[in-house]
Amino acid sequence: MKRQGLLAINSVIVLACILSLWQAVVSLNHVPPYILPGPLAVAHALHDGFSSLLKSLLITTEEAAGGLAASIIAGVAAAMVFAQWRWLRQLLYPYTILLQTVPIVAIAPLIINWAGAGILSVTIVTFIICLAPIIANTTQGLISVDENLIHLFLMYKATPAQVLFKLRLPNALPNLFTGIRISAGISVIGGITGELFAGSTRVGEGGLGYAILYANAQMETSYLFALVFAATVLGFGFFFIVMFLEWLALHNWHESKRSHAAE
Amino acid sequence: MVTESKGTIPEIALEGVTKRFRNAAVAVENISITVERGEFVTFLGPSGCGKSTLLKLVSGLSPVSEGTVRVNGMTPESARAFVSFIFQDATLLPWRTVETNVGLGMELEHAARPARKERVAQMLDLVGLSHVARRYPRQLSGGMKMRASIARALVSRPRILLMDEPFAALDEMARDRLNEELLRLYSEQKWTVLFVTHSVAEAVFLSTRIVILAAHPGRVAHEIKVDLPWPRTAETRESKAFEEEVTRASRMLRGVYQG
Repeated sequence: MKRQGLLAINSVIVLACILSLWQAVVSLNHVPPYILPGPLAVAHALHDGFSSLLKSLLITTEEAAGGLAASIIAGVAAAMVFAQWRWLRQLLYPYTILLQTVPIVAIAPLIINWAGAGILSVTIVTFIICLAPIIANTTQGLISVDENLIHLFLMYKATPAQVLFKLRLPNALPNLFTGIRISAGISVIGGITGELFAGSTRVGEGGLGYAILYANAQMETSYLFALVFAATVLGFGFFFIVMFLEWLALHNWHESKRSHAAE
Repeated sequence: MVTESKGTIPEIALEGVTKRFRNAAVAVENISITVERGEFVTFLGPSGCGKSTLLKLVSGLSPVSEGTVRVNGMTPESARAFVSFIFQDATLLPWRTVETNVGLGMELEHAARPARKERVAQMLDLVGLSHVARRYPRQLSGGMKMRASIARALVSRPRILLMDEPFAALDEMARDRLNEELLRLYSEQKWTVLFVTHSVAEAVFLSTRIVILAAHPGRVAHEIKVDLPWPRTAETRESKAFEEEVTRASRMLRGVYQG
């Protein structure tokens, strides 16, 4: 406990040092704020533009969360199909790797052509880049079940549905969370990347990616920094929410979550 | 078998059973074994003699290539309702507590919850695990996990137990104690047991009959009727008779390893 407190104090001191150094470099060299704003200018921009920043943040959150949620649903469904029919897996699984290697920057404009500019297109972009990690990890978890456990279920005359829902799916839960953790991180990137192409249907209003482009064009570099800060916070937020859900689902039984309570 | 009258159908009958794997390796060849109701038969032999394969064949988890397997006159698949398989690992589902693991079979059969709870509680009591009913498998020792596995197998009131080296991973003390408890339950519940082990002492202590198998391909080399008095307890292991039986079985097993 004492050690953790000390660590926290040290972290704050390090942060303060970095910010002071940054401010000193900017102030002493008279760097113009449109090239590199100091932390004070960024804080100021954050304060002044807070309501529009919050609006952008909410739009991006909606797109990233929507795309991630859709990828979890579709990814788990695809993985279940792959786990049930080996020939389908062998036939289609290689194509999921395509999902991972396709340059999203190249197909984002295409999606906008099809779905129109705005939140829907960005959500689709996020969905596409989130999908592969979910499918790959969940499939792995569904098919790597101890053979004797399968035998046990066979001895009980379990139906295929029982094997899937009472054995394979719980077995795949840790893998699913690994996939979600990876996808949660890239969902924010996906949202912002999508917005760079299709951010908004109205000038001046859009998610973080759109706002970053807009601020850059307006030479509002301080505000741009504030937006980057917001995007980082969003990524962290997603990550911690997923970590928490993972802990909730697994801490009782999974070895990776072994606590002092055990044994 | 067709000629036998209804009263004398053997509990387990293997006739000319051969099992070849897909790569054409022969696991067991032309094995015929008859097990009467209430016998405790142990398969002993070197690796590759097909001990575990025999249990898979009797449970129907693996089909025979030639010959027939009958369990109480039925095919292995249709006899599953009164056969329980206990694996080398405890094979507990790690995401379930001990009690929900033990109740798994009844849950899969959609048994009513109160009946399930009562039966599970009885079985946990029987194996001495009532105090850890709400724990998860990772919180248990190896011996406790195996007890839970046994409790799970007994929930369905099996007539036949198939046990594939169930205590191999345990230390000797835990194994001896579980052996004693297993025999206590065996004498109460009168199952027919097919048991696989590497340990001669364990085989002698538990069995009414030991079948020694030779390897490559798996075949019956010797059968020993174990003439130790019942009930068998910890003291049995210290008796002269026990020692002699172990020596006799070891000698036969050595012959199989050398031949």
